Amino acid sequence: MAFIPHTAADVTAMLSTIGVERLEELFEEIPRALRIETLPGVPAALNEMQISRLMSERARSDGQPLCFIGAGAYEHHIPAAVWAIATRGEFYSAYTPYQAEASQGTLQTIYEFQTMIASLTGMQVANASLYDGASAFAEACLMATRLNRKSKSLNILVPEAVHPHYRKVARTVIAHQGVRITPVPFDARSGRTAAAALEAHANEDITALAIQQPNFFGVLEDVDALSQWARSRSIPVIAIVNPVSLALLEPPGGWRGGADIVVGEGQPLGIPLASGGPYFGFMATRQEHVRQMPGRIVGRTLDLAGHPGFTLTLQAREQHIRRGRATSNICTNQGLMVTAATVYLALMGPQGLERVAAASHERAHRLIAALTRHAGVRRAFSAPFFHEAVILLEQPVAPVLEALAGEGIHGGLDLSRDYPQLGNALLTCATETKTDEDIERFARALGELI
Amino acid sequence: MSQIPSDLKYTKTHEWVRTLSDGAIEVGITDHAQEALGDLVFVELPEAGRKVGAGEPYAVVESVKAASDIYSPVAGEVSAVNAALSKTPELINQDPYGAGWIARLKASDPALRTGLLSAQEYEQHLAAEDH
Repeated sequence: MAFIPHTAADVTAMLSTIGVERLEELFEEIPRALRIETLPGVPAALNEMQISRLMSERARSDGQPLCFIGAGAYEHHIPAAVWAIATRGEFYSAYTPYQAEASQGTLQTIYEFQTMIASLTGMQVANASLYDGASAFAEACLMATRLNRKSKSLNILVPEAVHPHYRKVARTVIAHQGVRITPVPFDARSGRTAAAALEAHANEDITALAIQQPNFFGVLEDVDALSQWARSRSIPVIAIVNPVSLALLEPPGGWRGGADIVVGEGQPLGIPLASGGPYFGFMATRQEHVRQMPGRIVGRTLDLAGHPGFTLTLQAREQHIRRGRATSNICTNQGLMVTAATVYLALMGPQGLERVAAASHERAHRLIAALTRHAGVRRAFSAPFFHEAVILLEQPVAPVLEALAGEGIHGGLDLSRDYPQLGNALLTCATETKTDEDIERFARALGELI
Repeated sequence: MSQIPSDLKYTKTHEWVRTLSDGAIEVGITDHAQEALGDLVFVELPEAGRKVGAGEPYAVVESVKAASDIYSPVAGEVSAVNAALSKTPELINQDPYGAGWIARLKASDPALRTGLLSAQEYEQHLAAEDH
């Protein structure tokens, strides 16, 4: 079999079948101004030896910085066994297999993953994963419009304390389907989304309410009050959660008003930061909503001989059968990342995950205490936080971060672009990976710069 | 050969229409349609009060192999749905013209003057589809 699937003759044959002369004609609807003809910094063609050398040089220039950036992706210790198992030949694929039932081991892994996510989130069913946390949130918004057909406004309340990237991705995906996002402000003192802020919408037709716990600032929201506000008005609740935090916090299924859809970023569960991906999104819901949930679902069943086995189920709502009326047409999942996360969760167990969460919480509090020792550095918000928090400096954050980076410290995320109203605000995080010495090194370096 | 009761009207998309004594109309899918779909496992019903146009999808039936939209034969407003289908979708397989009815509508044109087929015309349509 030829390694390159399409020969020049194949391409010509395909083009002539559809009556097109040149391949470029297929891209003509993309405006010229949006096309990139050449990639700056990327040489034409290199052989394997040259490219390996170039890549190792580039990797070396990353150095080994001490990372205190969280903001949606978190550095946790990953036991060596996680990737030793996930990269075994039997598991090493990003995809659910096309002849799925022939791969019982893969299906069982996904089934166990779904069970773990359902148990962590306090929900009844979970899918086989989605692309990442932000796109899982976008899918949750679309799913909410299907759950709440009584609502004609297609208006989803999304707090400004929800991750800005999640809000942007959701807007990109849903805006052209007529779904709107209405921002809900956060309380400037506490950093929380106040139930009182929802009251401004008490008499409006609202399709769904999103709640992120902990929110983007690391702050713990009053999830009982927010979810109860929605429940009392029969508005579906979309919960966005950090899976590690659920080892300590009440899962969305247990919030006073409950949750209808729970989504989040799975990266903290054994996936390296890796310059931003690949990660994976997870999604869980109530049994009664399962037919509106996008993505693949593995079920357990009995074969003809009565032996237990695993199978893809509820496929009739998926795009390969329902085409344009499927629950989703962007339901890429992340099989390999999910395999790693399943191994991670199995290795840690509920107690192990709880220790990771508790240690991260303790480290972050030690970090904030160390940083705010300096005059002119203080916490931006008063509400309790999980493992990251916003601090305020008396000078612009960007030059401080740059100077810290020069000393091999990534101090956090400058919030001036997404939240200019906060002033010189820095979102910083510590997980169980940070020692007392690491924290002192960061605090000392900051002290010398301000 | 599937059943095609002569007192009902039909659509080319395999829905049937019955005029009830109070002037409302009852709709469902034909014997031919249920046979083609196979064992039904789920029915997504519309909400009472929903306004539908003729030819607009208002319900979804799901079998083990496919999910199919059900189109409204006429324009009108949904006045009742067959809630029994939520628990027992197989009623459509067992009795498509009776216990397997899907919804009742207040038709905008109760005389049903437009676009529906007689039993005989539907039978011819099925025969033509076969070829």
